[in-house]
Amino acid sequence: MSTATESRPTPAAPARPADPARRVTGRRVLRSEWAKLWSLRSTWITLALGLLFLLAFGTIAALRYKSMSASGQQMDPDFADATAYTLALFGVPFALIALGVLGVLTTSGEYSTGMIRSTLAAVPRRLPVLWSKAAVYGVIAFLVGAVGAVGVFLISSGVLSGTAKAMSISDDEVVRGLLGAGLYLGLVGVIGVALGALLRSTAGGISALVGAFLLVPGLMSLLPRSWRTDITPYLPSNAGESIFALQPPTGALSAGAGLLVLLGWTVLALGGAGYRLKRSDA
Amino acid sequence: MIEARQLTKRYGDKTAVDGVDFTVRPGAVTGFLGPNGAGKSTTMRMIIGLDAPTAGSVTVSGRRYAQHSAPLQEVGALLEARSIHPGRSAFDHLMALAYTHGISRGRVDEVIELTGLQSVARKRAGAFSLGMGQRLGIAAALLGDPQTVMLDEPVNGLDPEGVLWIRQLLTDLAAAGRTVFVSSHLMSEMALVADHLIIVGRGRVLADTTVQELVRSAGGDTVVVASADPAELRRALAVRASRSPAGPDPSS
Ligand SMILES: Nc1ncnc2c1ncn2[C@@H]1O[C@H](COP(=O)(O)OP(=O)(O)OP(=O)(O)O)[C@@H](O)[C@H]1O
Ligand SMILES: [Mg+2]
Repeated sequence: MSTATESRPTPAAPARPADPARRVTGRRVLRSEWAKLWSLRSTWITLALGLLFLLAFGTIAALRYKSMSASGQQMDPDFADATAYTLALFGVPFALIALGVLGVLTTSGEYSTGMIRSTLAAVPRRLPVLWSKAAVYGVIAFLVGAVGAVGVFLISSGVLSGTAKAMSISDDEVVRGLLGAGLYLGLVGVIGVALGALLRSTAGGISALVGAFLLVPGLMSLLPRSWRTDITPYLPSNAGESIFALQPPTGALSAGAGLLVLLGWTVLALGGAGYRLKRSDA
Repeated sequence: MIEARQLTKRYGDKTAVDGVDFTVRPGAVTGFLGPNGAGKSTTMRMIIGLDAPTAGSVTVSGRRYAQHSAPLQEVGALLEARSIHPGRSAFDHLMALAYTHGISRGRVDEVIELTGLQSVARKRAGAFSLGMGQRLGIAAALLGDPQTVMLDEPVNGLDPEGVLWIRQLLTDLAAAGRTVFVSSHLMSEMALVADHLIIVGRGRVLADTTVQELVRSAGGDTVVVASADPAELRRALAVRASRSPAGPDPSS
């Protein structure tokens, strides 16, 4: 009976003052997006797939080349002008799909599940969420791409050592090129993030990504030749391939120019995504 | 404190919320009552800035929600629609929200315990029952220890024990001086927890009153009014009120 006085909060007592240490900052939003990414199983699976595509397809291409050259067979025309470098990076378009799709999922998944409402209730200014997702995922996709590219080059240059195509990682430009491949995949990841946020749909985002990087280059053959040669180098896929090509094909952009053009596409996609995020209801 | 001024939301030519004015005060449970489609959820989404008003404004503690530096500390909201990624565990979901505000892991554990989710906190939220999902939503709403707690149909899917727990939680929060804003389409539920009532229908405020007042005007304190159709109830009440003081019925 003597303790009965403290059993209930005083009615209408002033609520505790807000804790000033608790507020939204850019770093904290980054931290949150980092945690969100790694707490989903699909992240681990898709990143592993992307890495596997890079490592496995490049290794298979090198082994295939080696067995053909050892048996003295007629070379497939596809292989005739291959180098140890291009053979090693045979898996880049496949890794591009895996990493791009995961980029799309990081944003489209928020809409398809409804998580976006929790996310935007916590960060109602909205844009920091997009920048953080793009930064966190871009860096991760870059690292996976760069590690995979260097790894598969080491494997396939081992496979091809002693053949006519032997190359070493210390050869001119090789490391720059391999990091360029990582950069390409990192930017594809960011473009995926942007497309998912722009279209708010997983199917739509993946279609747009595949269309932009795999289908549009094929459609170029429908254009008159003079247009084709003017436009093709500036497509996201062609500009991206220029970033890591050691001997750019004639008419292609230089590595630096390719990087600038792909950055331009990335900024465009992110800008569109930011505009939609800020302007329309969640 | 939530203040809505001429708050309006149109979706195409459908007006979901139509020039609504109200104030939700601290220290009391305010019920937000209305039939399906009355605009309750839309109003709540506008309060936390998920939907932008077509006209008018709504503020929380004097500012638009997005202008607060620690929004989760101002308003904790449980929305009607699912707002959780099913692939993430309850703990990871809460932690991701906590990181945005620098809220400690200790506080995450606290709300997990408060909502009785300890045993399932590490399971994927997609495997949760309706009631567990609702508890997780409430845990997220309480995470920032917010000044205002706003719950859209919180008793949905809860078992009787959960319903009692929610009633007690709302009462305790109000007693601690928080602003508590709860929607429902059940008058019977509101009569049990709410001190104040804002009744809406077709996007408009029909009544802004206390529960006592409403019950008294409905014919004395011996009658308990429960209605699945509050708009109809209000119409009936209005007709009755206009007849009783011997005045002419203005509507006919
Ligand atoms: N995003 C939207 N697009 C178009 N119409 C909408 C949208 N959101 C709500 N509405 C419409 O606005 C009206 C109000 O809906 P709201 O969900 O706010 O009602 P409610 O009071 O919460 O109803 P309930 O009790 O069923 O939850 C409804 O007619 C609904 O169809
Ligand atoms: Mg509703």
